[in-house]
Amino acid sequence: MKWSSPVRQLGLAVMAFVLVTACGSSSSGGTAACTTAKTATSAADCGGIDSLVAAANAEGKLNVIALPRDWANYGAVLDGFAAKYPSIKITSDNPTGSSQDEVNAVQQLGTSSRAPDVLDIGMSVALANLTLFAPYKVITWNDILSNQKEATGLWFQDYGGYMSVGYDSSKVPAITSMQDLLGSAFKGKVALNGDPTKANAALNGVMMASLANGGSVDDVSKGVDFFHQLKLKGNFVPVQATTATVKNGTTPVVLDWDYLSAAHGTDVPTWKIFVPANAILLDYYAQAVSKTAPHPAAARLWEEYLYSDAGQNLWLKGLARPVRMVAMQTSGKIDAAAAAALPAANGTPVRLSDAQATAAKTYLAAHWAAAIS
Amino acid sequence: MGGRRLSLDWIGAVPFLAYVTVFLGLPTIIITVGSLAGEGGPTLSNFANLSRPYIVSATINSITLSAVTAVAGAILGALVAYAIATGNPQGLLRRIATSACGVLAQFGGVTLAFAFIATIGPAGFVYLWMSQHHFDIYANGIWLYELRGLELVYLYFQIPLMVLVFLPAVDGIKPQWREATESLGGGTWHYWRYIAGPLLAPAFLGATLLLFANAFSAYATAAALVNQGGPVLPLQISNAITSEVGLHEPGFAKAQAVTMIVIVALVTVLYSLLQRRTARWLR
Repeated sequence: MKWSSPVRQLGLAVMAFVLVTACGSSSSGGTAACTTAKTATSAADCGGIDSLVAAANAEGKLNVIALPRDWANYGAVLDGFAAKYPSIKITSDNPTGSSQDEVNAVQQLGTSSRAPDVLDIGMSVALANLTLFAPYKVITWNDILSNQKEATGLWFQDYGGYMSVGYDSSKVPAITSMQDLLGSAFKGKVALNGDPTKANAALNGVMMASLANGGSVDDVSKGVDFFHQLKLKGNFVPVQATTATVKNGTTPVVLDWDYLSAAHGTDVPTWKIFVPANAILLDYYAQAVSKTAPHPAAARLWEEYLYSDAGQNLWLKGLARPVRMVAMQTSGKIDAAAAAALPAANGTPVRLSDAQATAAKTYLAAHWAAAIS
Repeated sequence: MGGRRLSLDWIGAVPFLAYVTVFLGLPTIIITVGSLAGEGGPTLSNFANLSRPYIVSATINSITLSAVTAVAGAILGALVAYAIATGNPQGLLRRIATSACGVLAQFGGVTLAFAFIATIGPAGFVYLWMSQHHFDIYANGIWLYELRGLELVYLYFQIPLMVLVFLPAVDGIKPQWREATESLGGGTWHYWRYIAGPLLAPAFLGATLLLFANAFSAYATAAALVNQGGPVLPLQISNAITSEVGLHEPGFAKAQAVTMIVIVALVTVLYSLLQRRTARWLR
């Protein structure tokens, strides 16, 4: 049985590693001022923001997941955090993952040192996984409207935007209504950001098409019919729109969040954004701290950074509407130039309730594949 | 050998058996158990959900796609294999063709999908050149990202695989048999109908089944090429695992995986039965 000795050695090595890391984390918790980062529900619980910073520095690491650099200006946010707290090394895992991928990572990696510390997730996934989150209230908690956060701080919305039609004005005529997309000038040009049975942005894209075609937030079927028409006319491109497909011209017209669409302007200077007046669909993403975060202090410090004026203005520069926007407009801390650059939308925004989102996804699951094949 | 000593021959197979247990047996058990587990105890609801119309059509699509590319790949691949086998056994052509097939048969996945997107995709340079010369292959919609596109792309690794697995069978056909046929007064038709045809048929059918299983289980190529509607089962499984809009159903994904395992198991059994028949002739 020759193999047993290497196996045993490997086992010993693993055990030694576990012991070392266990000791390491407990000692680092001991040296820092904040010994209770894991259960702290606010910076004050930790003895103030300074001791939270000290504890986070002692941890020295932060694991984030599913944050594309070109999504809501996250590249600048990550760089900003790294510049402000240089002794905390950020590991950005699976940048193109979905919200469900984030939750799966928390469940599968548990308390291991590779597990995600913080999550940026869609509301339906947030509401379905409350048991995975640790309650936390950032210092600027009171600026967040009460219907945009869970009362104890399990989740709190971070930024949002309007569903929009982004298009390359050098390839297609100006768009003034959703009906335009059915025209012959749009042959093989209209795409969604993903499969609506899978991705939240795509689901809302179909919902916007529904609102613009006589549907309602309770009825997504008109949107599915609309895409069926697009498909019959050969206008629908069944490709997930990304920065790459927009740049290379595969998807010159994309239904997506305005703040994601706006980022295409960097590659395609003729990129324009249109928000249909009869279908202004608003949605927010949410932040949550993982209950099993391997770096609990760094996780909380990351949230403090995101909800600081600096963090909120970085999102705004990416044309996402930060959740503290109204409060910051009142206090004058808002980046006025960035706020003025937001796409115009004339009308009353609507938001899907959780029940309406559920009804929409159930309908899509049953009818989407047939509508576009 | 009169003694009743315990034979130790099986020890040589231990690494193989261990490998099969860990990488084939264990996952199958985990998936099967997971597909039967519900919130409050065992349930068959995941299997009942297999009757959802979009899953039924994905299953049919998967089987059709695999069958079409298996049959087309087998016929085209067999012709290539025959052409190679009738050439010079030490010739340059044969060596180039077989090593190229060895590479291309493994060329599936994201790289292959990208190769097609970059050439005949709607922004690919071959397509752009063709459309400038008034030849628009996407006049009726961009079929590359649909089932027909998958059929085309899958053939790219199916044909080389067929050449690889079918070439030994064609090589087993001895020229003397043809001479014998002719000396007995038979023509080309008689030779193929009564000699070569029956000899090659089991190998041909077996290889076709192998191609079927190969296409049926392909995931990365389809995932990289098709982003909408999940027309085949592997993509539906992926949807059920990663959906962020609340269609996250891991148990249902496992039930779909069990369906795939059952279908591939059936094909594998058929394949091994045919293989047994063929092996007799190749000694």
